[in-house]
Amino acid sequence: MSTNRNYDPHRKWQPRTPPKSGEAVRTSAMIASLAAEGYETVSAPFGHALVAEAKRNDKIVGLTADLAKYTDLHIFAEAFPERFYQMGMAEQVMFSAAAGLAREGFLPFATTYAVFASRRAYDFIAMAIAEENLPVKIVCALPGLTTGYGPSHQATEDLAIFRGLPNLTIIDPCDAIDVAEAVPAMAAHDGPVYMRLLRGKVPSVIHKHCPDYKFEIGKAKLLRDGTDALVISSGFMTMRALDAAVEMEKDGLSIGVLHCPTIKPLDTATILSEAGKGGRLVVTAENHTRVGGLGEAVAGTLLVNGVTPTFRMIGLPDQFLDAGALPSLHERYGISTAAMIRQIRGWL
Amino acid sequence: MTSQIQATDLSNMSLARRAWEIRRKAVRMGEVQGQGYVGQALGVADVLAVSYFHAMTYRREDPEWEGRDRFLLSIGHYAIALYAALIEAGILPEQELETYGTDDSRLPMSGMAAYTPGMEITGGSLGQGLGIGVGMALGLKAKKNPAFVYNLMSDGELGEGSTWEAAMSAAHHKLDNLICIIDFNDQQADGKSTEMLCAEPLAAKWSAFGWHTQRVDGNDMAALVAAFDAARAVTDAKPRAIICDTLMCKGVPFLEAREMAHFVRVEADEWQKALAVLDANRPE
Repeated sequence: MSTNRNYDPHRKWQPRTPPKSGEAVRTSAMIASLAAEGYETVSAPFGHALVAEAKRNDKIVGLTADLAKYTDLHIFAEAFPERFYQMGMAEQVMFSAAAGLAREGFLPFATTYAVFASRRAYDFIAMAIAEENLPVKIVCALPGLTTGYGPSHQATEDLAIFRGLPNLTIIDPCDAIDVAEAVPAMAAHDGPVYMRLLRGKVPSVIHKHCPDYKFEIGKAKLLRDGTDALVISSGFMTMRALDAAVEMEKDGLSIGVLHCPTIKPLDTATILSEAGKGGRLVVTAENHTRVGGLGEAVAGTLLVNGVTPTFRMIGLPDQFLDAGALPSLHERYGISTAAMIRQIRGWL
Repeated sequence: MTSQIQATDLSNMSLARRAWEIRRKAVRMGEVQGQGYVGQALGVADVLAVSYFHAMTYRREDPEWEGRDRFLLSIGHYAIALYAALIEAGILPEQELETYGTDDSRLPMSGMAAYTPGMEITGGSLGQGLGIGVGMALGLKAKKNPAFVYNLMSDGELGEGSTWEAAMSAAHHKLDNLICIIDFNDQQADGKSTEMLCAEPLAAKWSAFGWHTQRVDGNDMAALVAAFDAARAVTDAKPRAIICDTLMCKGVPFLEAREMAHFVRVEADEWQKALAVLDANRPE
């Protein structure tokens, strides 16, 4: 009997040939550039936005479970050391303690990786925070497929896990502008929020395509109109959709992009209005498994309301994903810009 | 001939030399990627040398042999160190270290059971190895299999509540076939473990949880050998903990002196320098 139940004969026991000398290797250490070339980046937009908000609101406190440096919360910790709580590698007590701080009138922002919040600390978030509708802001790095490290760190199903939780607002920002503008919006929102974090040097994309764009909780925004297809996207897949639309325009295809950074509550009015215009393919695009994320949320909304365009979903497959270089994995699993273009062309 | 290898029978190569070989292979893997958890690997090399070349029983040609001692790498990011030990033990071919962390390699950055012969579990979501070890130790007892389960964990994992659930469970079930090795290098992602969430007094905690507990210098080969021998030999109906105080980057002084970090920075030209330092200090 094999002790390894996910035994994969195509991988395990098949020795790999080392790369030839001089051959370009792609490794999981590669930091993925989420955006195409030509976009500016902003350093640690979450950390700097939180510091700015904390100067206005002295109730804001920060907590982390040994990942301040990896969630950009170190910026806040340096600015407000007396309002920062290092909880150690203990996600469950961190969220319970965040609930306790909220009960005492504070506004806690608690950070870790998306896998640890959604998988490990779920019951603590559910009962101590969401059931009590406490204003705890859960901010988590490495959402979806944003690391090549393997399933232990790839939160490919965090939206599916959290969508079922009553009271919880869920935000999947696209870029540095979204992240920065989401911080004051989260602070102003009287209830628990989960935000998927893009950390480090984060590209600024939407304003280049749509200078008037502004993030608002609960609002989907049409970034560009199109007659052949409408992509409804969240997170960095909106970057991909914008780049794909520009590329496909060269071939005479007109692709619209509806950015939907709030996964819950979903902006059903805008989605129904745009998807109901008819005559164009509707495609959802998400950095998440196709199970239980934006795609199924939109599909359910459309069907319940009797709006039935030709509908397709771009997202990650229902499987534990490989380790490897992020650009390779985005291509392999169909969420690179090139893969998005191939899929939409195939459906048109 | 099929060999039920008592690791001590493998060769007359000294444990110090085995540890050196593990360190050297880990540095070579780090060079492939230009980065890696090499600080942890250098620190834990002596512990792995004693595990694989003194304490454990296994078959190099059959890593899933039913009679083997199980070695669980709860700390998935230490895979670079375990791959080095598995290569040194003859379970993995040496040339494969050049694929470390590359696309489709069997040696991903974080240890996963489906990828690598000899990798018992998928670690990396920290705080899970010991609980799995409890179940495997229960299972071995139910099968009347005399093998030991070794779980290698880090000091950072002491922060997870699941560690202490598992510790209590192991003692409750009198799992004298479970040996938990804690690599205490006092370093985790945000800084020194004792400053993030202090677990001291650590030996007293494990003892209070019902474990046979030893705390040793994890870079002192003689002390490690004595501790592993004692952990296997004692007859108390208790699980056994060996807390190993280790030094990150041990064996490469210019890295030891560097400001410590979870992810020790090594510049492109320093990999060869590190190998040169090791080569100048090769034990017999």
